[in-house]
Amino acid sequence: MRRVVITGMGMVGPLGMGVEHSWKRLIAGESGAARVSRIDVSDIASQIACEIPRGDGSNGTFNPDQWMDPKDQRKVDEFIVYGLAAAGEALRDANWAPESHEDQTRTGVLVGSGIGGIGGIYDASVTLLEKGPRRISPFFIPGRIINLASGYISIAHGLKGPNHSVATACSTGAHAIGDAGRLIMLGDADVMVAGGAESPINRLSLAGFCACRALSTGFNETPEKASRPYDRDRDGFVMGEGAGIVVLEALEHALARGAKIYGELVGYGLSGDAYHITSPAEDGDGAFRCMTAALKRAGVSAEDVDYVNAHGTSTPLGDEIELRAVERLLGSRRNSVAMSATKSATGHLLGAAGAIEAIFSVLAIRDGIVPPTLNLDHPSVETSIDLVPHTAKKRKVDIALSNSFGFGGTNASLVFRRYEA
Amino acid sequence: MSDIAARVNKIVIEHLGVDADKVIESANFIDDLGADSLDTVELVMAFEEEFSVEIPDDAAETIRTVGDAVAFISKKSA
Repeated sequence: MRRVVITGMGMVGPLGMGVEHSWKRLIAGESGAARVSRIDVSDIASQIACEIPRGDGSNGTFNPDQWMDPKDQRKVDEFIVYGLAAAGEALRDANWAPESHEDQTRTGVLVGSGIGGIGGIYDASVTLLEKGPRRISPFFIPGRIINLASGYISIAHGLKGPNHSVATACSTGAHAIGDAGRLIMLGDADVMVAGGAESPINRLSLAGFCACRALSTGFNETPEKASRPYDRDRDGFVMGEGAGIVVLEALEHALARGAKIYGELVGYGLSGDAYHITSPAEDGDGAFRCMTAALKRAGVSAEDVDYVNAHGTSTPLGDEIELRAVERLLGSRRNSVAMSATKSATGHLLGAAGAIEAIFSVLAIRDGIVPPTLNLDHPSVETSIDLVPHTAKKRKVDIALSNSFGFGGTNASLVFRRYEA
Repeated sequence: MSDIAARVNKIVIEHLGVDADKVIESANFIDDLGADSLDTVELVMAFEEEFSVEIPDDAAETIRTVGDAVAFISKKSA
């Protein structure tokens, strides 16, 4: 099968607009968490979130008008705008703007979302109740459904190859990148724009995740302390929003056009827990099988892994189960591996999480630096794995593993390797 | 310009994001103002809301220009 490399990356999220800006803040140990600012959360148990910093587009702020015409923005949910922004940055970064029929038909899009336009579904439900069916906008459906991020991106950039989407909760971003890589490996496309987008900071989402007892509720007055994976005082995840998108490309295609190569997507593994709708299986076997499958596909052994970007959401159950599964995977090698949970800084971007974390994993390889796990003051368990508490560390990373696990017991792992001819 | 025409023009400008000088009586929503079929559905909804009139689907199909909209609404509100 064909080799697949990453040639472009784009991101908008709680640390700002842009991959380099977000990465710099992540490495500096900054948090994107704060009290929710743009909706009323006074009656909701979790009153904090990692919101995108908005502004005029300077200094890493997000200005949606730079990525989508304002008159079109009101037709769609925010996850689509975020997707367009991240895709726009990624394609520009890749220096790929297909114009010929051949180039356009060989470039596809596979961007998913965990939930899609739930905020707009809520608003339209209120309209239906109060004003009746004739007041539902013709843009209601096409502006909320999950695959319309892929649709809008393809229309904006003239990408006529495979147009696909994924909805696997918090594994969406990783599944999207893994599946897109396979479409290239199997020859269905030469270039794929892949990742995830999510806009879950609205009353209905927050209320729903609170009802699942998934969100942090004990840090409303100290939001930056709330996301604390592996720490004994963790009490749930912090909602985040944004999009992460990569440009994946067949190696020979990238070489032929002289593209910059960030790294190689070498492994992708999938598994199911078959255990519970929201809780991870206690034995961590689903996570273990998923990581094992990804390493097998990559043709590397656990001894080769330098860095693990954990799913690590800061929920009481999940963090330790994943940690035990990684220990089981690494065996005696666990003493020399770094594993961090970047959700400690970004919060949990649900369907976009796996995509932004894939980007962070690739940047760890590029820069030889592993991002920190913030707020890890008192680990709840003993481990010889370096969880990179508080501050980033310099270390050579040739192979990085990125985990994503979602509601429904759906697991995905990606393996990235430093590119070598 | 009548009050109705001014309010119709304002809605068209806002919904289609077009310049005011293009919104003339003979302007066709699709051919001249860049609307697609979904935009025209939304425009009709906005007219209904603004003028508190009901525009049935078969009547909506006959409203193709700014002038059509003004004429229909003027007749309905008379």
